[in-house]
Amino acid sequence: MSTVSMTVNGRKVSGECEDRTLLVHFLRDNLHLTGTHVGCDTSQCGACVVHLDGKSVKSCTMLAVQASGSEVTTIEGIAKGQDLHAVQTAFKEHHGLQCGYCTPGMIMTITDMINRHGSDLDEETVREELDGNICRCTGYHNIVKAALDAASKMGAGQQQVAAE
Amino acid sequence: MGVEGIGAKVLRKEDRRFITGMGRYTDDMSVPGMKYAAFVRSPHAHAKITSIDASAARDMPGVIDFLDGQQLKADGIGNIICGWQVNSKDGSPMKMGAYPALADGVVRYVGQPIGIVVADTRNQARDAADAVMIEYEELPVVVKGPDALKDGAPQLHPEAENNLCFDWEIGDEGATAKAFENPAKVIRLDILNNRLSPNPIEPRAALGHYNPAEDHYTCYTTSQNPHVARLVMSAFYNVAPEHKLRVIAPDVGGGFGAKIYIYPEEIVCLWASRRTLVPVKWTSDRTEAFLTDAHGRDHVSKVEMALDENHRITGLRVETIANLGAYMSLFSSATPTYLYATLLSGQYNIPAIYANVKAVYTNTAPVDAYRGAGRPEATYLIERTMETAARELGISPAEFRRINFIRSFPHQTPVIMNYDTGDFEACMEAGMRMADVAGFEERRTEAKSRGKLRGLGMSCYIEACGIAPSKAVGSLGAGVGLWESAEIRVNPVGTIEVLTGSHSHGQGHETTFAQVVSQRFGVPVENVQIVHGDTDKVQFGMGTYGSRSGAVGCSAIVKALDKVEAKAKKIGAHLLEADEGDIVIENGEVKVAGTDKKLAWHEVCLGAYTGHNLPDGMEPGLKEGAFYDPQNFTFPAGCYICEVEVDPDTGVTKIVQFIAADDFGNVINPMIVEGQVHGGLAQGIGQALLEGVNYDESGQLVTASYMDYAMPRAWDLPMFKVETLVTPCTTNPLGLKGCGEAGAIGAPPAVINAITDAIGNNDLTMPATPEKVWNAINAVA
Repeated sequence: MSTVSMTVNGRKVSGECEDRTLLVHFLRDNLHLTGTHVGCDTSQCGACVVHLDGKSVKSCTMLAVQASGSEVTTIEGIAKGQDLHAVQTAFKEHHGLQCGYCTPGMIMTITDMINRHGSDLDEETVREELDGNICRCTGYHNIVKAALDAASKMGAGQQQVAAE
Repeated sequence: MGVEGIGAKVLRKEDRRFITGMGRYTDDMSVPGMKYAAFVRSPHAHAKITSIDASAARDMPGVIDFLDGQQLKADGIGNIICGWQVNSKDGSPMKMGAYPALADGVVRYVGQPIGIVVADTRNQARDAADAVMIEYEELPVVVKGPDALKDGAPQLHPEAENNLCFDWEIGDEGATAKAFENPAKVIRLDILNNRLSPNPIEPRAALGHYNPAEDHYTCYTTSQNPHVARLVMSAFYNVAPEHKLRVIAPDVGGGFGAKIYIYPEEIVCLWASRRTLVPVKWTSDRTEAFLTDAHGRDHVSKVEMALDENHRITGLRVETIANLGAYMSLFSSATPTYLYATLLSGQYNIPAIYANVKAVYTNTAPVDAYRGAGRPEATYLIERTMETAARELGISPAEFRRINFIRSFPHQTPVIMNYDTGDFEACMEAGMRMADVAGFEERRTEAKSRGKLRGLGMSCYIEACGIAPSKAVGSLGAGVGLWESAEIRVNPVGTIEVLTGSHSHGQGHETTFAQVVSQRFGVPVENVQIVHGDTDKVQFGMGTYGSRSGAVGCSAIVKALDKVEAKAKKIGAHLLEADEGDIVIENGEVKVAGTDKKLAWHEVCLGAYTGHNLPDGMEPGLKEGAFYDPQNFTFPAGCYICEVEVDPDTGVTKIVQFIAADDFGNVINPMIVEGQVHGGLAQGIGQALLEGVNYDESGQLVTASYMDYAMPRAWDLPMFKVETLVTPCTTNPLGLKGCGEAGAIGAPPAVINAITDAIGNNDLTMPATPEKVWNAINAVA
């Protein structure tokens, strides 16, 4: 067993877990942050994407102990109170989700994408960089639209805000 | 806030919880004292179990118990059932092989559950499952449908000689044979419909909780139809009495058919909770999902189409071998029969049709309904044959279809279905306009100058939704009625709760159903709450599959709304001292037509509950329920046109344009309908280009992860161009046909027709991988 301490969604947390515990299970089981999902066993589907020190990672692909001391942001942590993040809003406005299961990972991946590309983000880049996120409901059409809309609204100047 | 009724693009009410991580799926649920389960599964496709030794596993840390098929049997837990009785053409009933929830001496597919470990943690349960020692005596294996019928094939079930479950027929064999006596031309084609895995991104899960103090059971599960799950688990599996079993299907992360069925795992978790007296949760991993979620399709067919000298179709003859897998699943008999061969007339006037379907057992996972369920198989067969016929006749595929379209309605096909309405040519014309078919040859020439092969393919599909008139399906063997229920509870303050037996796992019912209510009384959608997915709240329901929630589920809501409206009008007339016939309810007001006399909606609702001033003899309250049984299937139809570019050097196909012109009847929310089309198209294109479940000769599943099974990703798909046309359904109150499966039904033949057009070789099977396409190009080069 190990004691793991990290900052999650701005709060310092610590917990006991087996050494082999994946970050996603630490978030879900120890912290009860169930918005981060598990959809496969092979780091392919991206339902578990969170931000680790500002960059998107698959939380099924690292151990909780590896994230010790890091800053983690999950889907529960990107809105400011009742105010949704621009990517969340775009997903709603463009019907970028159906069953909602892949949605948290999609939103976290796309937020990171916009942080890196800003308003220059284009369709080809979105589709290429969504390689690690699988959606079975939407055919990606409206997810791509939501990503492009959020990118144009967040703009280059908003990158820092989004990265917080 | 707004009143947004039928036809409005209302943003989804349910979205906020999903985009903020507040959705609640089965694996998110926990109850005090909860423990974790892992299943011990067969590593062999066919074997006798000679011994099970769980002594080491039982001694491992955190392990509470290991249970196997012997204990299950001793407790009287019943075998998995098939809910639809199909008879062979000789009148004999289908031959169902016994399917215990935990294997009883023999295993018949890789992944079949043998035992369950319950432990304190997920990892402890898995470790202990690995430590259960089982000895097997391996038996010979068969995995392909046609191989199962061959002499000397390994035999799966003592109940089913030659692995044949049923040998079924439909249509008039004699009349069809006549059409082939002197035809001007016969088109012949071998058709393979590849085996698929539905792959909802949320894996299946179950949390079984027996409460000994109350002698009561609760099962959280990933179900598209929790009431059916409760009925089957109590009436057939003897897990718990129906009145003491609560089934909750909370947020469900996609279904596509795979979550219709009641699988061994939820039965066993519930039973294990009673045996161990702790709540037991199991969550499938992706490999378990590939191994055990019911697969779809897997047909091998031969088709013959007879034509006269005017290019009219005079007869269609089809032989199909349908692979059922190792055991029958809940609707596995209906999928390759009544949901398949009844659609073989397509959009065309075909005077004589005969189809024979042999359903066979193999050492593979059970096969059942997956998005489209039978209709994709029928559509692929018909639409590839149509395109092939046009090419062989040397006329355009559009012209050949025009010659053969059904143009007057209602139309009785030779295979049971009675199409109530449609305008097939209008859909095709719309599709051709959207696709700029007229400019295609120019684009083909331009592509050629870049060294690319460009092709255009069309698919004009029709399907049957809104399953189904209970009496009709009962006569065809269904074990249940396929009506739907609804209850409308109007609160004293005028807000409204709708309890529905439909279940939403991505379809957006919380929004669309609220729009229907909003339209009726002029109340804002925010004031309407949709309640579903809990057998303690909703009395009964048949659930969501077969694109039935609009056509059947919403029709039940409309019927209940009619009753609420009638009572509200009586109360309004009494309070306003007016004639009941003069009362109208609109914009949130109860008015006397042609006067300024009116009451707010909530005043009438409050009046219903105070009971201070009601008509003599009227009961207080404002709550009504209804059961709606459909009169007919509904018949969505449309035209899909796919344009591809193939790289002859690599065989890689790129979809450069995909057009969908659909007729779903009336539309409640166009945004949601378009989303359903997009998702269906992605699955149809996935079937055509990428997806295929593969077993090797020993019955090992070689496509058991997302690294081996090619799911469509964003990069594989284009932006879609989607339009809807409307011929309202004539047999339900809102004129709805259903839109959930059309994309998956219509897309595959459009894609394959486009590729075969591009490469000039019609000999191509799905999935059309670069390797297959490259070989097909070089076979004719």
